[in-house]
Amino acid sequence: MNGIIGRKIGMTSIFNEFGEYVACTVVEAGPNVVSQIKSEDVDGYSAFQLAYDAAKSKNTSKALKGHLEKAGTGPKRTIREFRDFNLDKSLGDEVRVEEVFAEGDKVSAIGVTKGKGFQGVVKRHGFGGVGQATHGQHNRQRHPGSIGAGSDPSKVFKGMRMAGRTGGNRVKVKNLRIVKILPEKNLLLIKGALPGHKGAFVMIEKK
Amino acid sequence: MDAIDYVREQLVEKRQWSDFKPGDNVVVSYRIVEGDKQRIQDFRGDVIQMSGHGANRTFTVRKMSSGVGVERIFPLNSVHIDGIKVLKRGKVRRAKLFYLRELVGKKAKIKERTQLRN
Repeated sequence: MNGIIGRKIGMTSIFNEFGEYVACTVVEAGPNVVSQIKSEDVDGYSAFQLAYDAAKSKNTSKALKGHLEKAGTGPKRTIREFRDFNLDKSLGDEVRVEEVFAEGDKVSAIGVTKGKGFQGVVKRHGFGGVGQATHGQHNRQRHPGSIGAGSDPSKVFKGMRMAGRTGGNRVKVKNLRIVKILPEKNLLLIKGALPGHKGAFVMIEKK
Repeated sequence: MDAIDYVREQLVEKRQWSDFKPGDNVVVSYRIVEGDKQRIQDFRGDVIQMSGHGANRTFTVRKMSSGVGVERIFPLNSVHIDGIKVLKRGKVRRAKLFYLRELVGKKAKIKERTQLRN
């Protein structure tokens, strides 16, 4: 699956060819460097490892620097793997956004969602909250309600949806569409929203 | 933000209209595409707000349609806008005329600006 590592910049809206006003996410995509090529014989599967975003040397471990040196490139902030990459590239080559995608392509985006901290069940699981706000009820509008029966089964079942840490999950958003590519600035415009905050890394995979 | 400004600059074509402000009475000719046919619909009303800036600027037009207030938001750079004609210059003291929503009849009328301010 061909793809590229990018960085979410933010959102804007543009007019498409039908004159519709389309909300898009702007992604700074690459250029990435091929840092390792995994093959069926050696690694058991075929994949391309790409590296993106120059990092400071002092913030990069010696192990990682050594690994990237093999590809003839400097320290990088992020490294991701793409299985069954079928562009004709060799170790150390640059992968540019216009080589991977064309306008109108269907893509998926993988990223880490914004962390929301400890949240209640209404936000976390979409519960409706308890009952009414009137008729004497006064202090449990956003509570989970009952979490099970009494003496039988005498326990709370595993997996019961409760309050807790929300967000910060790795998610994949499928069936997104590329609206525009601006190769001169390595920018990619994708219709709709992408996971994560501004500046977050996202993997864009071609379907 | 620089990249976003760049995208807007590259991809949103800025359109030039005759200058209008909140309070003005305008006719917006809006092109409607139905299948392969096109027609132009006029929307006449008072501009009650301009918001956003640069490529993302929009304006809101309010009109009374058989006793019911109707508001429409147009992107200033929309390719579907065929033309904007200013019929009256309004004399107003604020940039957002939301107070008009609560008013009916003669009170909801905007006084015309006879002398154009420079």
